[in-house]
Amino acid sequence: MSTQTPGAGLTSAILYLDGVSVSFDGFKAIRGLSLTLEQGEMRAIIGPNGAGKTTMMDIITGKTRPDAGDVLFDGGRIDLTRYDEAAIAELGIGRKFQKPTVFESHSVADNVLLALKGRRGPFSALFGARNRVKPDEIDAILDKVRLLKHRARPAGDLSHGQKQWLEIAMLLAQDPKLLLVDEPVAGMTDAETEATAELLKEINRDHSVIVVEHDMHFVRALQCKVTCLHEGSVLSEGTIDAVASDKRVIEVYLGR
Amino acid sequence: MLTMRFLKLIEGRGLVFLAVLTGLMLLVPIGNLAFPPGSPFHVSTGTVVLLGKYLTYAMLAVALDLAWGYCGILSLGHGAFFALGGYAMGMYLMRQIGTRGVYGHPVLPDFMVFLNYKELPMTWWGFDFFPYAMMMVLLAPGLLAFVFGWLAFRSRVTGVYLSIITQALTYALFLAFFRNDMGFGGNNGLTDFKDILGFNVQAQGTRVTLFVLTCLALMGTFIVARVIVSSTYGKVLIAIRDAESRTRFLGYRVEHYKLVVFVLSAMIAGVAGALYVPQVGIINPSEFSPANSIEAVVWVAVGGRGTLVGAALGAFVVNYMKTFFTTGWLASYWLFALGGLFVLVTLAMPKGILGLYDQLRGKFSKPATEPGREAA
Amino acid sequence: MRILALLRGIGLALCLALVALPAAAQDARPLPDEIVTRFLADSFGDTEAAIGAVAASGAPQAADMLQALGDRRLFISASAKGLFYRDGAGKGFDARTGQPADVPADASAVRLNNRLRGVVQAALGTLTLLSPDPVQRLRAAESVFKSRDPAALPAIEQALARETNARIRNVFEEARAAIIIADTKAPEASRMAAASRIAETGDQDGLALLRQLSAQATGNLKSVIESSIQTIERRQQIRQAGQTVWFGISLGSVLLLAAIGLAITFGVMGVINMAHGEMVMIGAYVTFMTQEVFRARFPHLLDWSLPIAIPLAFIITGLVGVLIERGVIRFLYGRPLETLLATFGVSLILQQAVRSWFGPTNREVSAPSYMSGSFEFIGLQITYGRLWIVVFTLVVFFALLLLLKATPLGLQMRAVTQNRRMAASMGIRTRFVDAMTFGLGSGIAGIAGVALSQIDNVSPNLGQNYIIDSFMVVVFGGVGNLWGTLISAFTLGIANKLLEPFAGAVLGKIIILVLLILFIQKRPRGLFALKGRAVEQ
Ligand SMILES: Nc1ncnc2c1ncn2[C@@H]1O[C@H](COP(=O)(O)OP(=O)(O)O)[C@@H](O)[C@H]1O
Ligand SMILES: [Mg+2]
Repeated sequence: MSTQTPGAGLTSAILYLDGVSVSFDGFKAIRGLSLTLEQGEMRAIIGPNGAGKTTMMDIITGKTRPDAGDVLFDGGRIDLTRYDEAAIAELGIGRKFQKPTVFESHSVADNVLLALKGRRGPFSALFGARNRVKPDEIDAILDKVRLLKHRARPAGDLSHGQKQWLEIAMLLAQDPKLLLVDEPVAGMTDAETEATAELLKEINRDHSVIVVEHDMHFVRALQCKVTCLHEGSVLSEGTIDAVASDKRVIEVYLGR
Repeated sequence: MLTMRFLKLIEGRGLVFLAVLTGLMLLVPIGNLAFPPGSPFHVSTGTVVLLGKYLTYAMLAVALDLAWGYCGILSLGHGAFFALGGYAMGMYLMRQIGTRGVYGHPVLPDFMVFLNYKELPMTWWGFDFFPYAMMMVLLAPGLLAFVFGWLAFRSRVTGVYLSIITQALTYALFLAFFRNDMGFGGNNGLTDFKDILGFNVQAQGTRVTLFVLTCLALMGTFIVARVIVSSTYGKVLIAIRDAESRTRFLGYRVEHYKLVVFVLSAMIAGVAGALYVPQVGIINPSEFSPANSIEAVVWVAVGGRGTLVGAALGAFVVNYMKTFFTTGWLASYWLFALGGLFVLVTLAMPKGILGLYDQLRGKFSKPATEPGREAA
Repeated sequence: MRILALLRGIGLALCLALVALPAAAQDARPLPDEIVTRFLADSFGDTEAAIGAVAASGAPQAADMLQALGDRRLFISASAKGLFYRDGAGKGFDARTGQPADVPADASAVRLNNRLRGVVQAALGTLTLLSPDPVQRLRAAESVFKSRDPAALPAIEQALARETNARIRNVFEEARAAIIIADTKAPEASRMAAASRIAETGDQDGLALLRQLSAQATGNLKSVIESSIQTIERRQQIRQAGQTVWFGISLGSVLLLAAIGLAITFGVMGVINMAHGEMVMIGAYVTFMTQEVFRARFPHLLDWSLPIAIPLAFIITGLVGVLIERGVIRFLYGRPLETLLATFGVSLILQQAVRSWFGPTNREVSAPSYMSGSFEFIGLQITYGRLWIVVFTLVVFFALLLLLKATPLGLQMRAVTQNRRMAASMGIRTRFVDAMTFGLGSGIAGIAGVALSQIDNVSPNLGQNYIIDSFMVVVFGGVGNLWGTLISAFTLGIANKLLEPFAGAVLGKIIILVLLILFIQKRPRGLFALKGRAVEQ
């Protein structure tokens, strides 16, 4: 393995986790987690609270450094553990947080503007192209998440569900290769949940996506491969029906 | 077209601000020079100097607001940047004294002769050359801010931690400048200036000119600051202020954004300090006192942070109060008033005077609160 | 010599009690007539014999007599057939009895030649070496060490044989060694042994002697001397380091004392209390007032004012703290920057209030008797005041630790600060706990003020001198970690004192500040950082 392309030839997957472990003050939140996501794939991750789903995303996005294991991106060409959050975002990984975090004092449109793909340096932000963005571009994205009529409102005024959508809109604007979506339908009505599932499937047409969710109806609606995490490692993986009927999964969920 | 863009950029409030400054810039010199003492329109030279001093404070406040109000960097070190700019200007003015000092030494300032310096320390080289001195006015605070900011922001020192270490930095400088062997005049600082660019600093004409220049500098600062905050860069700053880590996950190098605004803000503070010194005629280490820096923060808070205009307004209001209190029988109550102001502003009017004004106007013009707007 | 200062430091009384016993029973005893006759003969030979006899007589006036002889103040009178001397002030004595007496008119001074002068000096040395007064003996040994006169060697040997006091024996031995080593005629082996003996206990003077000799010495002797020099130098370095460390511990305990309260309000509660320094200041003023009341009402109990000021300061500043928490801080939880500003305002108000009340000048708080003076301990100079402060600081620290770990209030405090909502739902009165925690932190700051009133000026600005240092201590140690605060305070104290000799006090402080600023860049959460999600908010 050369140092520059640590996993070249090892995998063609967009995301490749192998033997990843991390502990906090002695508590092992992730232990020997391995997971592979192919180009263009959508994956749902389920698992009880504290299973390590959010922590896994923290590791992928550079927020948390793993103690051990490989985290490779883009066909194994990039070792994500060597980059920080901003660099990883620029490499093409976007993230929606479990607790929706938008820029509250900015308008909805400005939130999307800040997320738009393009150069991120302070000087290009001061003088560069980012100041000449066409409003249509932003409006098109807002339209997709049904927030167009709210474009001028401060994002802090949106409802919980609307904030979730705004975050998805920001992901769309960012146009990353891989989207990590943490509990996108918490606090949504059934209809909204369904619409979100549709939206994610649409996004999946030209992006790879990982969705973390508890809601089984929603996961079913995504019609994708499912991975169940438990205590920091993979418990079961397969179709939704296979995972849902796995004895160990049932045991974990029913807490026996 | 361009004017339209400009007007939109400055905003209504900013236009009022610029208009007031222009008014001051024109009327104060006229009042001072054209009307004789005794006339009701006369503005005394003392008042000109006082107003000039307020304006430099306002500039410092705008600089601080840029960093704190827009980017959430609560610097307790802006007083130090101000003082560094002031010292750079003071060193130029000292060199201009030439042989007119008490000891009449052609090169060394009086205090160096007194302390038995044999030759000019390297730190003083070139300060007789005005452009060099002006470059140092920008470079000294800018460089310090750059080094400090580069280290601090890179290691993600934020919030109160940052405030505390900026205060420690200020304190270290405060102690350092008191030392005689630093070669900056120790305790007494730099004073007894004679002239600036060949004009007598005490002369009425020079004072009025300095006042006008300060007005222009404040206007320039304000416009630059407006350009910055209304660009995407400014939006990123606000994003950082509100949700720093989220901004990072969008791919922004937060530390670079902070560094740029911090250095810029420090340089503006330095310019303000450089304008301050020839007007008040002295710069000494007490300008580095940590309390000064916190006081500047309260100007911004009083006016309303994140508004630029409010910062300048706050600097004016608080310093006017200070002058009012400390020159009369109320002198011993000034610290009560200032302390009370700190508490009042944080508890009762977190958005400052401008915020209060908006609130009141909102109440009278729009009876119902906006639908769907809940406390964020 | 150091040893002397040492003795004085320990307390002369103690020393006297120890050494006075063996040499006690020497009261007035007249000189034998034979001595007087010899002096009267006034020949150099007789005089020399008489000198020896005087020295050996053990008479109390012998030293004065010999001193007088050396100064030509010892007189013989043919008419009175007697021996007289004048003391330095010119007062006359009968040499035989030592009683005051008029010197007869015909008296003439006893003649001396140069050789006799040497004999007198040597006899004097012997005499004081045998003096019943331990201080005299020490002084004599010291002078022998300096003169290194081989003639004093027998006297030293004699004195050594009689000496029972270990400290004085030590000085005698050193003096003997000094004589031997300086004597070029002495056998090399004994000179080498002497060098090693000096290395054993010698200090600055021994070092000077050895350095001087090493230039002339050759061969084995030279190498022994050189290694002896190294031994002494090493010992001195260690002692120096010990002294520095002690000063550092002393400074560290002051820092710790000032910072402990902050470790509670900032470290545990996360409240930035810029008025913390003013709590310390108020504590110092409470001490001042307590002492004034005692001075006016119960002057005989003045020493008690400090112990009584401790609980008073705790209660008063604690109450002020509770007021501040209820009046200001509770509205600002979760907004640290605003808290910083508001409490800075409070600090201005408190300063000004104290200034209007007590005036801007320094107030005097006197030290109680048990805190004044100093003593030496394994070569370290230790003042009682500093020692008490160190002890007091540690007591306060461990008491606080115990309170947090082992009392219900401490448990509730930790519960509230870790998870406010959870604590509330478990029936803890969170508001009450907030107020109590803040009151506790403030009260401890007040106690710190009691101690600091002993080493700093009690003025309205007292607190400002400590606030930045206190924050640095807490941040350096790691927020929320009392042990970290302890280690941090002592580290900073010692580092400061280590730097002082090279950089001076102010520059040393600046260097420490800059190093701290750099350190915080490396480890933004301090030495002993808490990890985890809780601190990320
Ligand atoms: N930064 C952190 N510090 C301490 N513990 C953490 C941290 N991040 C996650 N954990 C712990 O790791 C475990 C997994 O958490 P998480 O990934 O949030 O679970 P979930 O699957 O519900 O998203 C939890 O027990 C959590 O407390
Ligand atoms: Mg989670």
